[in-house]
Amino acid sequence: METVNGEREYPFCEIDPEECKGCHLCVSSCPAEVLEVSDNLNSKGFHYAEYKGSGCIGCGFCFYMCPEPGAITVYLKDYEPGKAV
Amino acid sequence: MAKKTVLRKPKGFLDVYKHKPGAEKDRTHYCPGCGHGILHKLVAEALEDLDVVDRTVLMSPVGCSVFAYYYFDTGHFQVAHGRAPAVATAVSRANPDAITISYQGDGDLAAIGGNNILQAANRGENFVVFFVNNAIYGMTGGQMAPTTLEGQKTTTTPYGRNPLTDGYPIKMCEVISQLYAPVYVTRTSLHDNANVRKTRNAVRKAIQNVKEKKGFSFVEVLGMCPSGWKMSSTDAQRWIEEEMIPVFPLGVYKDVTDEDRSSIDRPTPVHEVDRVLEALDVTTEKAELLSKREVEPRYANPSIRASGFGGQGIMSMGQAIARVGMKYGYEVSWLPSYGPEMRGGTANCSVKVQENKIGACEATEPTVIIAMNRPSLERFEKILQPDGTIIYNSTLIEVEPTREDAEVYPVPITGLADDLGNTRVQSMVGVGAFAGVTDLFDPEEVIKLLPEMFGSKASLIELNEKAVRAGYEYVKENF
Repeated sequence: METVNGEREYPFCEIDPEECKGCHLCVSSCPAEVLEVSDNLNSKGFHYAEYKGSGCIGCGFCFYMCPEPGAITVYLKDYEPGKAV
Repeated sequence: MAKKTVLRKPKGFLDVYKHKPGAEKDRTHYCPGCGHGILHKLVAEALEDLDVVDRTVLMSPVGCSVFAYYYFDTGHFQVAHGRAPAVATAVSRANPDAITISYQGDGDLAAIGGNNILQAANRGENFVVFFVNNAIYGMTGGQMAPTTLEGQKTTTTPYGRNPLTDGYPIKMCEVISQLYAPVYVTRTSLHDNANVRKTRNAVRKAIQNVKEKKGFSFVEVLGMCPSGWKMSSTDAQRWIEEEMIPVFPLGVYKDVTDEDRSSIDRPTPVHEVDRVLEALDVTTEKAELLSKREVEPRYANPSIRASGFGGQGIMSMGQAIARVGMKYGYEVSWLPSYGPEMRGGTANCSVKVQENKIGACEATEPTVIIAMNRPSLERFEKILQPDGTIIYNSTLIEVEPTREDAEVYPVPITGLADDLGNTRVQSMVGVGAFAGVTDLFDPEEVIKLLPEMFGSKASLIELNEKAVRAGYEYVKENF
């Protein structure tokens, strides 16, 4: 999780569908409205949240609003792939 | 602190929740949308950023967040209901450099622990309390809490909380901020981005206060309980804003962190034995230690579980072994377990007699068990270490141990005591048998301890002397 494909556009947000419990607080907290509720279910039967793929502004609101410690990771503008964080 | 380039699971959490039962060791047990998860994250992040994870001790309360000990990579105490401030007091005084955190819910803090929190706050103890107020008892199924709003329906106030019968919501920040000693008292909320941000700042400030030994900080956090409130996560956010905040106004209630508070500087704890003895007016001559005996490896450093019916003298048996171990200069511990023995179960105690310092007193994997009745044998042979030793009371136990790897010593302990004329000395027969099996100590040294243990009643001492020897000799003659 700490190194990502260098071709990604930063900032961006990554949500682990299995850790997501489908409360969708991240979706409603996102000022850029780039998160959405998936039509798919995870193995626990929750409609998990997903990143639409572009438009993240790196504000971190979703990260801090998410009650699950490891479900959301936000790679900020200055993130360097491969560098330990 | 370097600027963050990624927001990821803070290092204040364990990477894998290895202590959590079940398969899902990568996620919490909290319900979707729970405020605890958000606050956990803020606390874990602050601990990491302030570089104090390794010296943090967290009190897990009773309530939903009882399992905080699964998640945080810190030291933990799981504390009796409402008593987190008392234990936190002990931790912070015993180790002033610890970052001591008491994490509590409203039922825990404001109901059963109401007095605990007031007294700890009033003493200005150097720890931080994170108080999650969700206006309900979450874990037990949504009963009325002290902070439940007027008119709020819960399982125990189905018509809504009526202040005339149920009282009014208790406002803890307002109460605590009236005291002199607390340095920082604030109420924040988790219902929107801006307030999560304010909570984050409050959490960091409070932990910083503890780090700088400024005294007592109290952070009340209004958190969502979508399950208890029976609404969606986003409706729960709205409910905080519209219903809770008018009753529990947000804001800083007290902040004297920058004032000179040397008036409540606490003296450092006294640990020097000499000073304690002087204060207690005790003069001691250091006892000469006996030289340790050569012990077969299988009996060295024994971890012992002694058990039987209540009344069989199990506790004295364990104490005698521990005390005699002390005379030989071993590290010893004795941990009684008074369980449901009055209802026909077993009483037991754990004894350790070891070369090195003892970390845990409970003999969870004993090397020796002394079973005085059948339920004890059946219960504890299951946890005996491979190739351990079983000494059992063959007078009362007609079955044989099922453990084939164990070394087994059937000793008619009760019978030998009976032959001496008093069944009640069976515990000392057991001690003698243990000495005979392990040769860890000389039974005569136990005998020297008897007056100290049983007072000066000569007839009783004499009988117990015979009992120790009887147990010892039986083993030596028969095995």
